[in-house]
Amino acid sequence: MSKIFPKSANKLPLQIILFVFILAGVVTAATTYYATPKYTRVGYAPVQPVPYSHALHVGQLGMDCRYCHSNVEKSGVANLPTAQTCMNCHLHVRPDSPLLAPIRASYESGDPVPWKRVHQLPDYVYFNHSAHVDRGVSCFECHGRIDQMEVVQHAQPLSMSFCLNCHRNPAPQLRPLDQVTNLAWTPAQMPDHAKWAADFVKNNKVIPPTSCTGCHR
Amino acid sequence: MAHVAQSGAGTAPAILDEVKPAVLPRAVLVSNNRSFSWITEKICGIIEGRTPAWWWVAFCVALFVASFTVAGITYLVATGVGVWGHANPVNWAWDIVNFVFWIGIGHAGTLISAILCLLRQKWRTSINRAAEAMTIFAVVCAGIFPVFHVGRVWFAWYLFPIPTANGVWQNFRSPLEWDVFAVSTYGTVSVLFWYVGLIPDLAVLRDRFTVAGNRVKAFLYGLFAMGWRGSNRHWSNYEMAYLILAGVSTPLVLSVHTIVSFDFAVSLIPGWHTTIFPPYFVAGAIFSGFGMVLTLMLPLRSIYKLEDLITQYHIDCMCKITLATGTMVGYAYAMEFFIAWYGSNPYEGFTFINRAFGPYAWAYWIMITCNVITPQFFWFKKVRQNTTLVWVLSIFVNVGMWFERFVIIVTSLARDFLPSSWGYYSPSIVEIFTFFGTFGVFSVLFLLFIRFLPVMPMAELKAVTPQADPHANHEEFTGHGDPVVERGHA
Repeated sequence: MSKIFPKSANKLPLQIILFVFILAGVVTAATTYYATPKYTRVGYAPVQPVPYSHALHVGQLGMDCRYCHSNVEKSGVANLPTAQTCMNCHLHVRPDSPLLAPIRASYESGDPVPWKRVHQLPDYVYFNHSAHVDRGVSCFECHGRIDQMEVVQHAQPLSMSFCLNCHRNPAPQLRPLDQVTNLAWTPAQMPDHAKWAADFVKNNKVIPPTSCTGCHR
Repeated sequence: MAHVAQSGAGTAPAILDEVKPAVLPRAVLVSNNRSFSWITEKICGIIEGRTPAWWWVAFCVALFVASFTVAGITYLVATGVGVWGHANPVNWAWDIVNFVFWIGIGHAGTLISAILCLLRQKWRTSINRAAEAMTIFAVVCAGIFPVFHVGRVWFAWYLFPIPTANGVWQNFRSPLEWDVFAVSTYGTVSVLFWYVGLIPDLAVLRDRFTVAGNRVKAFLYGLFAMGWRGSNRHWSNYEMAYLILAGVSTPLVLSVHTIVSFDFAVSLIPGWHTTIFPPYFVAGAIFSGFGMVLTLMLPLRSIYKLEDLITQYHIDCMCKITLATGTMVGYAYAMEFFIAWYGSNPYEGFTFINRAFGPYAWAYWIMITCNVITPQFFWFKKVRQNTTLVWVLSIFVNVGMWFERFVIIVTSLARDFLPSSWGYYSPSIVEIFTFFGTFGVFSVLFLLFIRFLPVMPMAELKAVTPQADPHANHEEFTGHGDPVVERGHA
């Protein structure tokens, strides 16, 4: 009988097994890195119609988050400011700047400025800003150091595991209510944050839901 | 054994001299004194010969039938799971019935390959290859239903515990999750078992095609024969691997359908919440599996003239297992009723009365007729020797076991605790098409199997021929099992 397979075919099964293992490792690593929100969402920074700088307004001028996002403590939605809010100052500050043309147009017509949405949770997720902000969860936890951003970018993955990490153990992320909008604050600035947080959880009934229906209503 | 030891010492006990034990010759497993080469030619001839016309006809019909499943599933995926007929209160219906039906059929293959191997039931060799193939194809058909039952099938991978950005895990306390592991393990081990057994036979085909000069087929069979040369070391490793796989699969015969029964038994629905379910389901699964083995093997035997390899003794054995498991199933039906009365639970009692006399009584009595009465015919040797009748009865077994799952699943859901939510379930045309088509899927796979792979393990068959037995020539004097003659081997 003539040979059907060359001698090198003896090594083939081992090579195939090795290849499958390497391929599985590469696919797993690549999926974990490239196909999770840590990669697909973090860093998203669309160009906005007006080059509004949080670094200038919040970081340098010291404006509070709630000056513009005024309903965040009362509403589920952290509202975007209307052009009127901008014009409170910009009627007097750089009133003729060409960069502010869309704001002035909106102020006159009443049509909103077409901001590009950066943080968008899926429709099947219920999220309430006031429920978080009023229980000592800072803007920083989800949005990062907005006060240092020239252009707003997606700072955290906002994946389900990101939410659950905090919902399962909220205490380390909590801070006094008067520091919620102070993005530079860290727990290290408090002498005994762990004890304070434990008391805060108890007194303010911080009971984040971890059941499916907590968020998927 | 004491007698044997004594007689070995030279003083045979007097009683054995007076009472000659009855000569009980073992049944011959390959009749007509067929030679080794005849077996090889017979099995390989099926593959090497021209494709018969009936095969093409059957294959085209099977493909057409299989297209019903493809059409049904395509429509379901495009539209939504609502195209199936289940709705409150019957949220598990044909899909789960069909799943349990197909997964149950597979059990005969595993029983034949694993348990009968460990128990050294040599008659398994004629049917184990085809029965294992049947198992794998049945698992394929079974898998279709729960996967598409989840609705949005592109999320079916959520069933597997893969770490994801969602940060949640499956509910490991749910029997539905156990099912995922039970069925996937079962499928994997069945494929391994089947494939390991195939390797020596694939090598035979490789060599024969090489000699015949068909290099393409020689290459393809050679690829899957993985360099098998039939050396002593190969056989030694092969036997060990086969034994280990038999050991691994033995618990699977019991565990898979036990866990399938937990899908029901762990819930609180009257008629489901019973401890008898695991053994009852396993017996039923083996019953249905042997029904399907008979349904498949008898036509195969007659078309390919395999009467010397699948003898009347083989058919007798299969019929007797069908009879035994069928009777166990009948006992379970009776015991369910007895416990429903003895347990004095009014809901349980109502459920069983409702099964037998309620809106689904027609299904219940079909089940009783097919599963309890049908196998009892196998008590009679005349029936077992009538191949056509055995085949017809095996069809009844298949039908009956489908109805058993229908009765269990649908009647309990249609009449649960709240009369206000009672309902009557009827399947939609999409469900009927999808189920009907799985017989086509199964047949396509099985036809490909008998066309391209050896339907019986040649090497194992040769080992059970009379020629392979060094004592074969003494058979006419004493027969096997005679302690006097066999004392030297004791």
